[in-house]
Amino acid sequence: MRVLSTKGLTKKFGQFTALNGVDLDVNKGEVFGFIGPNGAGKSTTIRVLLGILKATKGKATIFELDAWKDAVEIHKRIAYVPGDVTLWPNLTGGEVIDLFVKLRGTNHKSKREELIRKFKLDPTKKCRTYSKGNRQKVALIAAFSSEADLYILDEPTSGLDPLMERVFQECVLEAKQDGKSILLSSHILSEVERLCDRVGIIREGEIIESGTLDELRHLTRTQLQVETSKPIANLSNIDGVHNIEKQERSVTFQVDSEKLEDVIKHISMFGVTKLESSPPTLEDLFMRHYEGDDRTLKPGDGGKS
Amino acid sequence: MNERLFKNTSVLSKLILRRDRLRFILWILGISVLTIATAVAFPDLYRTATERQQLAETMVNPAMTAMVGQGYGLDNYTYGAMMAHQMLGMTALLVGLMNVLLVTRHTRLDEEDGRTEMIGALPVGRLSPLASSLTVMLGVNFSLALMIGWGLYATGIESLDLNGSLLYGSAIGSIGLFFAGTTALFAQLSDNSRGTVGFSIALLGIAYLIRAIGDVSNETLSWLSPFGWILGSEAYVNNYWWPIILTLGVAIALVGIALYLNVIRDLGGGFLPSKPGRSNASPFLQSPLGLAFRLQRTGFIAWVAGVFVMAASYGSVLGDTDTLIADVEMMMEFMEPVEGAALTDQFITMLMVVMAILASIPTLMMILKLKGEEKNHRTEHVYSLAVSRQKLLASYLSVSIFTSIVMLVASAIGMGSIGVVVIESDITLGTFFSSSLVYLPALWMMTSFAVLLIGWAPKYTGLTWLYLGFSFVVVYLGGLFQFPDWISSLTPFSHVPDLPVEEVNLFTLIIMTVIAIFITALGFVGYGRRDIQG
Ligand SMILES: Nc1ncnc2c1ncn2[C@@H]1O[C@H](COP(=O)(O)OP(=O)(O)O)[C@@H](O)[C@H]1O
Ligand SMILES: [Mg+2]
Repeated sequence: MRVLSTKGLTKKFGQFTALNGVDLDVNKGEVFGFIGPNGAGKSTTIRVLLGILKATKGKATIFELDAWKDAVEIHKRIAYVPGDVTLWPNLTGGEVIDLFVKLRGTNHKSKREELIRKFKLDPTKKCRTYSKGNRQKVALIAAFSSEADLYILDEPTSGLDPLMERVFQECVLEAKQDGKSILLSSHILSEVERLCDRVGIIREGEIIESGTLDELRHLTRTQLQVETSKPIANLSNIDGVHNIEKQERSVTFQVDSEKLEDVIKHISMFGVTKLESSPPTLEDLFMRHYEGDDRTLKPGDGGKS
Repeated sequence: MNERLFKNTSVLSKLILRRDRLRFILWILGISVLTIATAVAFPDLYRTATERQQLAETMVNPAMTAMVGQGYGLDNYTYGAMMAHQMLGMTALLVGLMNVLLVTRHTRLDEEDGRTEMIGALPVGRLSPLASSLTVMLGVNFSLALMIGWGLYATGIESLDLNGSLLYGSAIGSIGLFFAGTTALFAQLSDNSRGTVGFSIALLGIAYLIRAIGDVSNETLSWLSPFGWILGSEAYVNNYWWPIILTLGVAIALVGIALYLNVIRDLGGGFLPSKPGRSNASPFLQSPLGLAFRLQRTGFIAWVAGVFVMAASYGSVLGDTDTLIADVEMMMEFMEPVEGAALTDQFITMLMVVMAILASIPTLMMILKLKGEEKNHRTEHVYSLAVSRQKLLASYLSVSIFTSIVMLVASAIGMGSIGVVVIESDITLGTFFSSSLVYLPALWMMTSFAVLLIGWAPKYTGLTWLYLGFSFVVVYLGGLFQFPDWISSLTPFSHVPDLPVEEVNLFTLIIMTVIAIFITALGFVGYGRRDIQG
């Protein structure tokens, strides 16, 4: 069941196109990782989903309701944590948490105290004295002590220490176990790898990749270092081979994972004396997309380039 | 030693000058021009020695003494004596305020926002940030003293001699440095900028109050206040310089203590204990309306007090109206006497419109706060919760309307409670209430204008202040400038019937309210449709 969905979502700020036909789907009970370089349009997408910005074109729905028109109805069942949490300097953290929970309309008193303890927050301090991490804790506690069906988290852990990061991950997994859905925009790869069922990568306002992590890994390249007795002929002409670097006796190159078989067959004709391979990492995947490689895969292209 | 404490102070001073040069120039020019323009206006207003002497007599009453000081040289009321009596105290108050705001900005506020930390990581002395800020303030107050001193002398008005003028300027500059020192001290004691401004302004107010009470009842008391010191220099009359030296000496001592405290404390710390706040929100806070009010509570209370005191001080001069106005030609021009109306009544209407415009300031601040919240990315939280735009805007609107009522009531009670005592006719408090509350529709029209801009052109909400400024010029100086009717009709304030001189015109009031409602509704439509910035 779809909890959240956008179709051809486009947002222009004057002449500037921040989002260009974004399609996203988040299903019930899944953690969806939303990743992309700075300025790619993650926060803009999220703000359209929250009904704070009005889409120029396209459709954004949450719980099958229109994100713009039915904002209030939707917001009763979601919890949001922004990346840059600004709070009211003269209210205490405890007051802000209560205010948020109350305005959302659901209450979870025992959870509030438990989370305050877990996140080690002093709720009697004024918000102006909180560090970035502490302000994020306030927003996270307010979010997780509400009974929400969908959590929208926009880089929520950028100011947390590793210990608190772990507490956060527990909260997310707990929510997932309860059948809640989560849209998590994040830059922390280990976090994405550990938490997310599916990810979508956005760059310059367009979704360039989405699927489960395994599907995406499939699209990555394996790094090979080969020594052969005879020089390998025609290597650069083989489909799926990239970034060839010749050293004194060996050659290093990358291979699209799905072409690995063909390539191995080809090089075996030249008397392989040594073969080293390093597996694709999530980081490679990100780096390739973030850097704006001109051989970037198109969605659904299955890695042909 | 110097290296460790003060390295690169001059570079930081230049940074402050660069950041705020416009701000400094505007303050210095504003205060100088105000002072010099008043001095230039006096000879036109009071042409002869007899006129001045008459004025001196009307000025000698407890209300005036409390407001501006006891005055010196009243038996030979020269233009110089008039300046030192009527202008010096008020100007000193303004200069004090300037120093409080500027020093806080460059000390505790920079620290709170983390800029001092970044600076501190560079090779600068431990005291350099505070020292650079005080160096700049020394320059600002010194420039102000010179501008005013030479400026007054340059008017060439008889009795504004060189010695007196320089003393007058120095009095302004030295009280400025005094409050620069106290603010620097409070910036060490309190650990946040709101506290720093709050304590400093409280001290400013108390110092003025002590002088007021002292001048009326017991002169020794006045000498406990720096305002008593600088007024005691008796500029243009006896020209005593020692009170200036005294003020400067105390200012230097305050700066010394501030610097010492700055060395021994941690960055970001203070000396006043900050008590822990509530760990739970009170039931009151748990709604958008509660939030809208809670965020502005302190400002609201301060404004109620301010409006009340201002109204009360206006009330206190009502008893002298006849002498005050009839003797002064200029006042007659302001007032455009109405056939058959008592001068006192007419004076009340004039004061009421000023109070109404003053009351518009907090009323507008309360609604425009929503724009500020958006700019600081705090409405985003509220909208991600189950709160509609209409509801949040309506919350701020309610606070604004509530404020308009409270402010006008405060001004009615303030002016009326003293007015009924000092006025000899049988005027009642009810008269003050009706002539104040009749401005409600005008205030609501101002609010509706703000709502309209928030809804459709949030970048231009500043226009609201321009409109209010325009309204002030038109209604307050209208008689003087003789604006054509169509210009006066552009401001809601000029449509309000002048109670108690005129009759209540219910029709006009209802029309105004309806227009306000209509414009507000239009604003709501726009606000529901546009992007929220954060
Ligand atoms: N209100 C706005 N007006 C104009 N441009 C904007 C506005 N908000 C965001 N942008 C631009 O849209 C792009 C996407 O921004 P954002 O969604 O914040 O990126 P991300 O969250 O992925 O880092 C950026 O280039 C940003 O400068
Ligand atoms: Mg972002």
